Amino acid sequence: MSGAANPTPPLAPPLAALLELTHRCPLQCPYCSNPIELERAKGELSTDEWRRVLDEAAELGVLQVHFSGGEPTVRRDLPELVAHARRIGLYSNLITSGVTLDRARLAVLAQAGLDHAQLSIQDVDHQTAAHIANHPGVQGKKLAFARWVREIGLPLTINAVVNRHNVTRVERMIDLAVELGAVRVEVAHVQYYGWALRNRAALMPTLEQVQEATQRVEAARARLRGQIVIDYVVPDYYARQPKSCMGGWGRQFLNITPSGEVLPCHAAQTIPGLVFDSVRHKPLAEIWTSSAAFEAYRGTDWMPEPCRSCDQREVDWGGCRCQALAITGSAAAADPACALSPAHQEMRSLAEAASAAPAPDFVYRRVTPQEIPAKVAAATR
Amino acid sequence: MTAPAPLKSAIRPGLAPGVRLSFDKARDCWVVLAPERVLVPDETALEILQRCNGSRPVDEIVDELASVYNADRGEIAQDVEDMVSDLIAKRILVG
Repeated sequence: MSGAANPTPPLAPPLAALLELTHRCPLQCPYCSNPIELERAKGELSTDEWRRVLDEAAELGVLQVHFSGGEPTVRRDLPELVAHARRIGLYSNLITSGVTLDRARLAVLAQAGLDHAQLSIQDVDHQTAAHIANHPGVQGKKLAFARWVREIGLPLTINAVVNRHNVTRVERMIDLAVELGAVRVEVAHVQYYGWALRNRAALMPTLEQVQEATQRVEAARARLRGQIVIDYVVPDYYARQPKSCMGGWGRQFLNITPSGEVLPCHAAQTIPGLVFDSVRHKPLAEIWTSSAAFEAYRGTDWMPEPCRSCDQREVDWGGCRCQALAITGSAAAADPACALSPAHQEMRSLAEAASAAPAPDFVYRRVTPQEIPAKVAAATR
Repeated sequence: MTAPAPLKSAIRPGLAPGVRLSFDKARDCWVVLAPERVLVPDETALEILQRCNGSRPVDEIVDELASVYNADRGEIAQDVEDMVSDLIAKRILVG
């Protein structure tokens, strides 16, 4: 522990792993967290490979696994993977769009030992929801799914993604979650990476709308205390302090892509020059402790000013690398969400300009992206 | 912030659906696993949580802890009630 060469404490194991079983999904939400370059089905890890990854994760100290995607339920082997996670003591969460499973297949997952289900919603308004997901009838399917979750006895979280098209209805989205019997609702403003960055102008609410939404969430929290847990993710573009992204790069969390690449966060592939290791070639523990991508921004050694001398450096860990890249062009810069960042005002201005203009059409998340308008392409670098 | 409603000593707290108390070998400690949450209970909290099995009333849990630790019943009752009502509000326990 002593010596200038290694002043940091020993590395703790990750708490959670997000497992992107597939990038296939029937919905086309323009803020999808998957990369622009979606992975194809033929490259996906096999059932055996995922089972081995689960074993390695549990051995490493991961406590919770999130089966995610894309839409994870399009993988027919999901019940086997859930059962395996349960067998080795992992807490399992299903992150789903809720449009692909029927009641019987959901019951099979519960039977296999699934601990919790998380259902995303686009809105309370059926028409807007269908427009955002580019999927007619999406809301009806989701409401049915939520009912089955409760009937089967699984705890439910509703994840409401907030953007300029639904921001005035945050309170109704929370009330819908209560009505559906959810134990928890996550009201999350869109974070602008990947698809959402490409669609920033189409999604960005105004500062006034955000402030109003925040007040409504606070009011709902007071009103619904003890009935439902409300988690609120504020939008970085209007923040003054950066979030502790992923609880710090390579400190608590890892993400595994469909083909087995291990990332410190789901958007890390947007950062040029980072090299990611695959579970196909290296043990997960070795990747966690020594992969170049995890080491790149771990701890505080990489930090420039104003982070390096800031008393918050081990609170927010410098904020978000992908956002620093998106706004300043450098992933090693301070997160512009911080008022101390030289790019803070620029980020605020981008949000104000985008939200003041009429919303352009969505660029929907698809395997073969549509042609992108040149102006947006420039804005997303 | 409004104070939580006073706890009825007859309620029988248990882990909420989707919540597990388990021993974490990698970190050598007990953890509470809940939706998007991992809590590490301290020694006192663990003693209380291990007795929240949905069938024992708060009163009985207090009696037992007071006797095991040979401690003032009033103080123990306060600790247990504060923790149980807080964890019920957070949906970690149900009563």
